[in-house]
Amino acid sequence: MQTKEPGLHGSSEVAERVSHSATSDRPYKIVLKGAAFFFGAVVLIFVWSVLHAAWPALKQNGYHLITGTSWVAGGNGPFGAFSLILDTLITTLIALLIAVPIGISSALALLFLVPPKFRTLGASLVELLAAVPSVVYGLWGLWYLTPWLSHTVQPFLAGLTGSNFPFNGPQEGFSLLLAGIVLSVMILPTIVAISRDVISVVPADLIEGGLSLGATRSQVFTKVILPTSKIGIMGAIVLGAGRALGETIAVAMVIGSNIQMPHSLFSTGGTLASTIATEFGDASGNTGAALAALALILMLITASVNAFARVLTNRAKASA
Amino acid sequence: MTDLLTQLPPDPIYDRRKQIQERAAATIRRRTFLSRTYIATLMGCFILALIPLGSVIYALINKGIAAVSWTFLTALPTQPNLVQQDAIGGIGNAILGTIVIDLLAGFVAVPIGVLLGLYLSEATSRVANILRAITEIMTGLPSILLGVFAYEYVVVPMKQFSGLAGVVALGVLMVPVIAKSSEISFRGVPSTLREAGLALGARDSKIAKSVTLPVAAPGVITGVLLSLARAMGETAPILLVVGASGVWDFNPLHPMSALPLLTYNYSGSQYPSQRAAAWGVALALVTMILILSLTARIVSARMRREKR
Amino acid sequence: MEVVTTKTEVTTNMATTKNKIAMQLKDVSVAFSGRTAVRDVTFDVEEKKVTSLIGPSGSGKTTLLRSLNRLHDLTKGAVVEGQILLGDTDVYNDKLPTTLLRSRIGMVFQRPNPFPTMSIYDNVVSGLRFNGIKKKSLLDEAVESSLIAAALWDSVKGRLKNGGTTLSGGEQQRLCIARALAVEPEILLMDEPTSSLDPISTKAIEDLMGELKNRVTIVIVTHNMQQAARVSDNCAFLLMGDDRAGELIEFAETTKIFNNPSDPRTLDYIQGRFG
Repeated sequence: MQTKEPGLHGSSEVAERVSHSATSDRPYKIVLKGAAFFFGAVVLIFVWSVLHAAWPALKQNGYHLITGTSWVAGGNGPFGAFSLILDTLITTLIALLIAVPIGISSALALLFLVPPKFRTLGASLVELLAAVPSVVYGLWGLWYLTPWLSHTVQPFLAGLTGSNFPFNGPQEGFSLLLAGIVLSVMILPTIVAISRDVISVVPADLIEGGLSLGATRSQVFTKVILPTSKIGIMGAIVLGAGRALGETIAVAMVIGSNIQMPHSLFSTGGTLASTIATEFGDASGNTGAALAALALILMLITASVNAFARVLTNRAKASA
Repeated sequence: MTDLLTQLPPDPIYDRRKQIQERAAATIRRRTFLSRTYIATLMGCFILALIPLGSVIYALINKGIAAVSWTFLTALPTQPNLVQQDAIGGIGNAILGTIVIDLLAGFVAVPIGVLLGLYLSEATSRVANILRAITEIMTGLPSILLGVFAYEYVVVPMKQFSGLAGVVALGVLMVPVIAKSSEISFRGVPSTLREAGLALGARDSKIAKSVTLPVAAPGVITGVLLSLARAMGETAPILLVVGASGVWDFNPLHPMSALPLLTYNYSGSQYPSQRAAAWGVALALVTMILILSLTARIVSARMRREKR
Repeated sequence: MEVVTTKTEVTTNMATTKNKIAMQLKDVSVAFSGRTAVRDVTFDVEEKKVTSLIGPSGSGKTTLLRSLNRLHDLTKGAVVEGQILLGDTDVYNDKLPTTLLRSRIGMVFQRPNPFPTMSIYDNVVSGLRFNGIKKKSLLDEAVESSLIAAALWDSVKGRLKNGGTTLSGGEQQRLCIARALAVEPEILLMDEPTSSLDPISTKAIEDLMGELKNRVTIVIVTHNMQQAARVSDNCAFLLMGDDRAGELIEFAETTKIFNNPSDPRTLDYIQGRFG
């Protein structure tokens, strides 16, 4: 749902006049403000609820929540989410390493290489990728990627590195690598769509300027178009990262159930999000609070990442 | 003539030009090759990006249709057991549950979301900016967190799982999404139209009702329908809170079944019949989402056309 | 792939080479998706002179200009017919890579377009780098030479590392001129280069052209006929015909066009009866 924001300054100017007009309209403004503040209150309550539920675990474990590595599902603690945080970062990193080059390249291809009559079709297809619910991706990963990975990819990778890090250890079908790959497919539409938006506003003048100096097409892409869109593309990447960090269901379905310190990309494990999903059902004792603590950590991480992405996109818009 | 030539001072520009042309000619093959390879890689990546899509669609159709039948779609689920491993029944109540929860969440989220979007499109105060930031950040928040919230504030007090908890979770999910897309639609209303309303002495609410809302309507409605489609496919927020149900149930105060949840549960089932059936559930879910999304596009296109 | 070289590079240091032809246009026409935009253009571009293309809007001057460095290759459905010769080379010869062609024909655009992420230095040498030239000494030499030629050296020599967009509009345009010059093209195409600038910057660039033509042949499109009268040696007047396609009405020395044009339509334009 990428639409541009025309008339931004115009409407807020009008809005100022509207809000200060002599024919002031109090009920209208009250309703609007009411809805807005109601939502703000809901958000505050939401944040509070997570904090409150996590509190017992915070008291019990202190900073060991982040640095400790013991995580026994259904137990009473102590709880250390270090391996979960690591798994979250690893899967997100894999997803980015795959999706960012492919996504930016696809955006460039869609904008410049695909024949014009196929462009809307191509864009719609990428959007279609975004419409698929995550549980379906999980199912697809389970049925189609797992055998492919077990029979082809993982042996190949293990062979490449002589069964050394990061492709060592037992291969159980489920793995961080598999989760990372599924995640990369899921964040691809985000990266493509936002990169497309950002790259499409590079002025044609610059492109023609580069070409008329004798640049080859690839030079125009790499030395003119991409540097000019750098900030916006970074925003796309950060947004993609935010999505990957918080993706729950698809990851839960393919990452396995055995939580351990990751020994390689073939390890099973759990991310912050997937662990909440998998263990909430059987959470007894202190596990419930521990899971809420995971939620708290996840919330802080994704909120900061999204805020950072916002800063980047605003900066990109400002310099456009 | 030639001695005149040798007497003239060397022309640096001419020399430089020759040097440049020589170097350009010497490197042109490499540069052209690099360019062609780069371009081919770009296209290759694009095609690569479409492969998973093709694979997912193929799987949905191939495996999904195999699992689906009229009975499947309309009957209630049954519990397979060791003796009757294939007796999985149907997903009728899951379809019902999905519709009920999604619609109720929409009822709650749409008014708040649209009003919030209207507010954000008009207000410029610092408070408004903070709210806007919060709204944007909320759109990117992992949906599982909303499940935790609904658990704490609905399931625990009620002491049972319920569709209502799912409604709350999905509602909070949908509000920022609707607000964001509505804000964009409202901002897209040309300020000249609103100024005209002002000049006629109309009150803010009248301007909103007669000018802003109608013009922004196609965009707002599309945004609403698309967010409904998205909420329909969400598993995480309802996973923790709606429980499970095997009966027809319109009452959100009871535990309910829903398609994404069923897909998730079936996919990890010990019974191969249920695991295979997961694709049928997925197909039903994706079909419903597609219908909603297409409706969104058609409605907005038609409304835009009528507006001329 | 064969690289076709040309024999034009020969004679730049012979003062006696007047009236040498840098480019020839023969029956050139440009059409977009079947609709002709400009047609039947035939004239010669004299070396080391300024040739201006004038005419009211819609007469196809910019379209014609952009066909000279094959910019229309970017537009789907654009068809260029006729013959355009750079020296002895057919510009639309498929054997000549467009990148090499464009290193011999530079272009300055209507609105200054320095690369926003590059410094002044990097902007000027960008063309050289695109063409595979990396030697620092050559680059440094080119920077100084082109910035001097663009009358910008004195004001920016101390801040070459600053961003290209930190300059004023007129300075940015001169930066773009320097950038185009750095590749030492034989021809410099200028598409209404001063139309977005203030009068003082405009005058500065017009003064520049008088000196630049000793270095490069200039073809300039301008909608301002006084400018054409001031800066150009030869002048081509184009006008949109009844079929909505531009055509060449008259080509002659500027003095003749403005004082004693052969075609009555030219006279009408000069006297201000057209747009």
